[in-house]
Amino acid sequence: MSDQGSASHSARAPLLQAIGITKRYGSFLANDDVSIDLFPGEIHALLGENGAGKSTLVKTMYGLIQPSAGELRWLGEKIELAGPADARARGIAMVFQHFSLFDNLTVAENVALGLDGSESFAAMSARLAQVSRDYGLPLDPKREVWRLSVGERQRIEIVRALMQNPKLLILDEPTAVLTPQEADQLFSVLERLRSEGRALLYISHKLDEVKRLCDTATILRGGRKVATCNPRAETAASMARMMVGADIGEVKATTARAVTVPRLLIRDLSMEPDDPHGTYLRNVAVEVFGGEILGIAGVAGNGQDELFAALSGERLCPHEDNVIIDGHAAGHLSVTQRRKLGAAFVPEERLGHGTAPRMKLSENALLTGHAASRMVKHGFVDRPATLKAVDATTATFDVRKAKRDPEAASLSGGNLQKFIVGREILREPGVLVVSQPTWGVDAGAAAVIRQALLDLSGRGTAVLVISQDLDELIEISDRIAVMFHGSLSEPIAAAKATREKLGLLMGGASPESAKEVSHAVGA
Amino acid sequence: MQLVLEKRAERSTFIALASPLLAIVLTLVTISILLLALGKNPLAALYVYFIEPLTDPYTLMEIAVKASPLVMIAIGLSLCYLANVWNIGAEGQFIMGAVTGSYLAVVTNGSDVGHWLVIVMLIMGALGGALWALIPAICRVRFGANEILTSLMLVYVADLIMDYLVRGPWRDPKGMNFPTTASFDPSATVPVILDGGRLHAGVIVTLAVVVIAAVMLGRTIKGFEIRVVGAAPRAARFAGFKSDRLVIFTFLISGALAGLAGIIEVAGPVGVLQPGISPGYGFTAIIVAFLGRLNPLGILIAGLFLALTFIGGEGAQISMKIPLDLTKVFQGVLLFYVLACDSLILYRIRLIGSQPKTA
Repeated sequence: MSDQGSASHSARAPLLQAIGITKRYGSFLANDDVSIDLFPGEIHALLGENGAGKSTLVKTMYGLIQPSAGELRWLGEKIELAGPADARARGIAMVFQHFSLFDNLTVAENVALGLDGSESFAAMSARLAQVSRDYGLPLDPKREVWRLSVGERQRIEIVRALMQNPKLLILDEPTAVLTPQEADQLFSVLERLRSEGRALLYISHKLDEVKRLCDTATILRGGRKVATCNPRAETAASMARMMVGADIGEVKATTARAVTVPRLLIRDLSMEPDDPHGTYLRNVAVEVFGGEILGIAGVAGNGQDELFAALSGERLCPHEDNVIIDGHAAGHLSVTQRRKLGAAFVPEERLGHGTAPRMKLSENALLTGHAASRMVKHGFVDRPATLKAVDATTATFDVRKAKRDPEAASLSGGNLQKFIVGREILREPGVLVVSQPTWGVDAGAAAVIRQALLDLSGRGTAVLVISQDLDELIEISDRIAVMFHGSLSEPIAAAKATREKLGLLMGGASPESAKEVSHAVGA
Repeated sequence: MQLVLEKRAERSTFIALASPLLAIVLTLVTISILLLALGKNPLAALYVYFIEPLTDPYTLMEIAVKASPLVMIAIGLSLCYLANVWNIGAEGQFIMGAVTGSYLAVVTNGSDVGHWLVIVMLIMGALGGALWALIPAICRVRFGANEILTSLMLVYVADLIMDYLVRGPWRDPKGMNFPTTASFDPSATVPVILDGGRLHAGVIVTLAVVVIAAVMLGRTIKGFEIRVVGAAPRAARFAGFKSDRLVIFTFLISGALAGLAGIIEVAGPVGVLQPGISPGYGFTAIIVAFLGRLNPLGILIAGLFLALTFIGGEGAQISMKIPLDLTKVFQGVLLFYVLACDSLILYRIRLIGSQPKTA
């Protein structure tokens, strides 16, 4: 709507001020002397990489964390928030990145649980319908949450926050789970809230969004405030530099990759989930050729987890030829047998799935290496061999750690992810299936990982990347297919894939409307 | 000021070693207070408990005899616990091992069949314990039944089966109606290895079990599998390890070891099958397993320490009229402190200044 929301700060008093907020965990400073002013009628972006201290700061503002030093001022007056209820009573509401909803309850019941219960259920339901209509956030109060899409679930959280008529609304990475079209709808709601004179604090690391939507941006790095700026006066690159503290290298594909035969085939795979709220896989079929990267896009919860489990062998497929690895029917084979065929897998969750958090890196090398990497002789573990694998991964992928063989949980997210991806790549697999390769990883590590995937495919490996990050997929993939409600679309050539086209597919549009049936692989 | 538990970035090796010692110190303090309340001199009592047994070769041998079944059972249990399998029924597996092994001794009684008999008895005992442990394992894998309950309840079943046998079909005809089998023949007895005491060959078997377990856990892929399944089940599935098969495996091994301990006890120090062959070895072994950090060498040390409390407790009862129940209190308090101190391995205690709170 109006672009001059930030007309003149000096004329108006800030709604909430955080002054010199410091939060200490042991010797680690999650926030170090951070100050920020939030004005009514303004969308303020909070930018920073994972681990920059964004969450700590907003949790302090929402009363979830008590700062070690510094203070909050509300309309110029010093306040202490004893907890979220205290914050809500003052008019601060928050929409979390991870929803706190009960799957088996209806929309109205979930909203009722988050309110103080001073009105009758019927009155509350009516108000819920009213608010959702007013703001163009359609919701059926009687629907059970597990039937809703992720975007709809987020609407519940937003409506629940709006029903408290907040003066300040904090949103933690709200577009992370949305299709581009859903994000557009959200932006118009946020612009409307701004025009109503509410203050909004918008946490993100998507710079184009911030440039488009926000009036002011505060950038954090390593727990400290780097700058407060007007995002419209900055370029995405200049803000990225402030976030990362350095220029980010571009990844580039090795020229003239030889695309060969299909090395991974998924054939008509239909499977019911083992979790009652999981997603059915419906007739999933695709071929991944040696030397190419096939991206699978989609909003989380559309069957990507189920597909990964079926490909890795953590769940066995109904038919043995549902999955074919290098010409061998593998649908009934175990994880170990699939690894012996030359397949490798990187799951989404680093701690607890990709690694045993409280075990040493050498033991975590053994975790996936025991099958096919000659780390086991006659049932005995070859300890030097596992350590050698750790050293090789460390050297090749620049894994930073405090000692030679620390516990997995002591590494930072980016370094652990480099270890997990590197562990598989060094085995030179013929087929690699990766889920969310750079989720929650700093930009530097993400570039290393993407480059490694490109290089691996350049050496003839078939790489399948499941990701929610469209920019990442467009950057590294040769072809992109989209998962929606457990079905996989026909892949389209990445060169011809636009965010809009993929977004339509992610929202369930028929493939014809985005018709780009592509036979060309590689470009 | 307030006390907070703060997560450590990495587990502390120092605390992992110091935690059992700290637990022992805290237990001694607690027991001293109890002794004072009983009107006994704590120092004198603790001397009788912990020092006096170490001064006499006979009681030293007795400590080894008591520690042997504790250690053997605890080794098996530690494999279960490392894999997150909660076998609480080692007492029952111990009894069933004693019963199945004794069958041969009972039917061959009086006919000297040669020394191979005791070897076969040991094998049968291990088999009996393993099969008894297989029941809760299958119940868990097949029906999802909680193995804590099933394995514990089977202890009482095993106890009653033995009771029935020694009061009925297996009762010694010349035993004046006491519920006991006839004394085992020499060919059905585990030989004594040192004169002047009851130190028997079973102790050597226990030492061998400790070494084998240490090698298996630390050096083999099977040991790795056990540790991963317990520490990170989802990562274990990703590694290709099947947790159901491991439930069966660990129950079989721990049942076999408990059964072996049972038949060695009956065919060794006790010499007959009768109620009361175990002063709660199967339960005390749980304490031994945790006190020993689920580590074979640690378990050996912990087993010797717990055996000392048994022997010392008997001495204290005789010389100072301290009730034997205090030994059980002692063991319970010790387990409590061991588990409490364990949280320090992953967490550190910090004193922080209080936040001014004006709500």
